[in-house]
Amino acid sequence: MPAPDERAAIPLGGDDLAVAQRARAQLAEVAPEPGVPKPDPLLRAEGIRKAFGGLVAVDTRHLEVQRGTIPALIGPNGAGKTTLFNVLTGFDRRSEGRWEFGGQDVSQAAPHRVAQRGMVRTFQLTKALTRMTVLENMRLAATGQRGERFLPALLPRTWRAQEREHTERALALLERFGLADKADDFAGELSGGQRKLLEMARALMVRPRMIMLDEPMAGVNPALTQSLLEHITDLRDEGLTVVFVEHDMDVVMGISDWVVCLAEGQVIAEGPPEVIGDDQAVIDAYLGTRQDLDDLGPGGAR
Amino acid sequence: MDLIEVLSFAFRSAVGPLAITFALAAIGLNIHYGYTGLLNIGQVAFVMVGAYGLAITVDVFGGSHLVGALVGLGLAVLLAVLLAVPTLRLRADYLAITTISVGEVLRLATRSSQAAPLTRGADGIAGLGGPFYALNPIPPGDYGFWIFQLGSERRVWLILVGWALIALMCLLVWALMRSPWGRVLRAIREDEEAARSLGKNVFSYKMQALVLGGAIGGLAGVYYAIQAAGVAPDTFDPRITFYAYVILILGGPGRVLGPVLGALIFYALFQGADVVLRQASAQGWLPLVDWFGSQAIGATRLALVGLVLMLLMIFRPQGILGDRREMSLGA
Repeated sequence: MPAPDERAAIPLGGDDLAVAQRARAQLAEVAPEPGVPKPDPLLRAEGIRKAFGGLVAVDTRHLEVQRGTIPALIGPNGAGKTTLFNVLTGFDRRSEGRWEFGGQDVSQAAPHRVAQRGMVRTFQLTKALTRMTVLENMRLAATGQRGERFLPALLPRTWRAQEREHTERALALLERFGLADKADDFAGELSGGQRKLLEMARALMVRPRMIMLDEPMAGVNPALTQSLLEHITDLRDEGLTVVFVEHDMDVVMGISDWVVCLAEGQVIAEGPPEVIGDDQAVIDAYLGTRQDLDDLGPGGAR
Repeated sequence: MDLIEVLSFAFRSAVGPLAITFALAAIGLNIHYGYTGLLNIGQVAFVMVGAYGLAITVDVFGGSHLVGALVGLGLAVLLAVLLAVPTLRLRADYLAITTISVGEVLRLATRSSQAAPLTRGADGIAGLGGPFYALNPIPPGDYGFWIFQLGSERRVWLILVGWALIALMCLLVWALMRSPWGRVLRAIREDEEAARSLGKNVFSYKMQALVLGGAIGGLAGVYYAIQAAGVAPDTFDPRITFYAYVILILGGPGRVLGPVLGALIFYALFQGADVVLRQASAQGWLPLVDWFGSQAIGATRLALVGLVLMLLMIFRPQGILGDRREMSLGA
């Protein structure tokens, strides 16, 4: 693991550090209520609704993500967490709703535009580009590449210098994520945990302001989990906003600044982790007690 | 058995105009399937519009061959765009379904009597290629030595131009695929959702790949029309696409020289096997095949080529130029 001062050598492209830190501190004054407005939101969503035929997968009234924080998205299986990710990043088309990212409406933007604006997501099942090398995976992710246009591609003079810069940045990021010695291996040769690291490092090549991780710890061994967690908190401490979906409550309690609990597509609770841990609605949603008690009829007490 | 005859016939075919046509068609297909992962099962459609673009321009409109060639390429580009708009946003299977049918629809439409004023129907258009040979700087004669027989000066000229086109297209593919542009195509082949999540406009790149590969298919058609001195609709049947795939998979998809090597080997094998079988039959070594009649030789040849391909897929599934390590990673 490189020393902190070395890490600072790679500017990540998040928000200004002072602004991000102030925003994180402000979170302490926000009331733990579903849909509560935040003082300095990076993402602000109004009435997101996504229906697949008759099934309403997501239906949130108001949702904001405070800049410079690590909000965790939790909820039982089928609560709509991944669908919410897909809708926000343009991978699934919304049924209704508007949302702004960094002050710009991106609710109708195509997925690649959303990524270019700085909202980059990863996938529950890692999508390493297996038959490309680790370094090529990284270089690919850089945005604004001149050599990605057809005619300039034929003239290396136009893109070689930029490619060199991207390679340098890619190698620095690989170093940071402990993958430097794998740079020339095919991504398909990496272990599951290494692929998660690669996916995170690759997302950083886009220079995102917000990174959205869909179950970053799934299938990762405990030793690597710790290192992944450190990476996530480091990213926040360098000005990024990191939204993540997670099932493991220990992980959520350990690193998140804020927890949003989704059940049946709706936000049923949000607040600081210690508050959410004791929230009756959350416990009910996870254990399914509410339905059981309802079944008992009017006599059933909560 | 006359080995010299077998080898010289195999060589003659491997470097010949038909192998060149297929090499060009497969280079285009390599951009679609080998680099971008687009399952285009109608490469023949691009070849066909290229060939007919030239033929109709010359025959009906009295245009020059050069204008005809440009029209052929232009039509191939247009066809690619028309195919791309409705299908590229859908799952990969839909492109496959659409392309295979477009090939057949075009063939049937071309041979129909309604289209006859333009296409001369099932008879096709003859009398092409004159101005091409008028440019031939090679003195008359018969060229070649030992088993490396090329043929007349006309055939040598055709072969020279053909291989120059192949070299040019390979250079183009090489230059593109080492660039960041080519990297995006490969990323789409691996996982288009991932490419999208990293800010790449997947639709636009698939469109560019389809157009480029289609245009090279159109070039194959223009070349075909000139070497055959004409076009007839029924030559453009779906087998053309399947042979192009065989050639591509044989040589190694996603490799610059894969389709070229594939075409050489495919034609050498295909025609070499023909001579071997005919000679064996003449010697009375193939009583069973002879019993089925003379057509059985063609069928036996196909079976033999199939067997060779099966062995190749078992022992070198990545193609001759492919990388085994890469292949083992799967998609």
